[in-house]
Amino acid sequence: MPVKLVYFAWVRERIGSAEETIELPESVSTVADLLDHLEGRGEGYAAALENPQVIRVALDHEHTPHDRPIGRDVREIALFPPMTGG
Amino acid sequence: MAGAITPVVRVQRADFDMDTECAALAPGGDTGALVTFTGLCRDEDGTLGALELEHYPGMAEAEMTRIANEAIERWPLTALAAIHRTGRILPGENIVLVIAGSAHRGAAFEAASFVMDFLKSRAPFWKKEHRTDGSEGDWVEAKDGDTAAMRRW
Repeated sequence: MPVKLVYFAWVRERIGSAEETIELPESVSTVADLLDHLEGRGEGYAAALENPQVIRVALDHEHTPHDRPIGRDVREIALFPPMTGG
Repeated sequence: MAGAITPVVRVQRADFDMDTECAALAPGGDTGALVTFTGLCRDEDGTLGALELEHYPGMAEAEMTRIANEAIERWPLTALAAIHRTGRILPGENIVLVIAGSAHRGAAFEAASFVMDFLKSRAPFWKKEHRTDGSEGDWVEAKDGDTAAMRRW
């Protein structure tokens, strides 16, 4: 099932792309698995995800902890740094 | 029960006018207190030329609405608005506006504070600095104090 990945702030800058669509490999079950998988995709990804614990993840617009599984019905996954609005 | 009110939530590039927004909420009736909070862009001792506010369209509105609805559940509010700007913002300009109305001041103060604390740490916005000397600034880092401010609720 293809899933859209969207990136924001310095995660977007380091990866060098604002969004892409990928097929989730069988080995990816949780959010943490996805971060692991992406980190191996190249230099930009490695730079963006070198400290995976600081990366915030949202599944279909909802904040999601790293230990949660990614449901098969998820359409959009966002990766971004801690938020600094307000 | 005041839980039936619908919060005003907006993300916009344009500036906002506090008086206009307060009037649009049409307080009256049971509203005896209206607390407003406006967040402004600092000039950081003259070193900051502008802030660039990035957001996650769709989720920003959704998360602000979740935060606002939680405030409505927790306090007996008669009015609630949260408006956040995006794009390039100059020192002295507005960034965010929160308005909370209630019968009495306690709930209005607390709800406005709650919404701001959660908005800072949970709403998907990011600030990038542009320096007055022309050099590229950094992304603003999240402060531990902001997370602590959120956890006190």
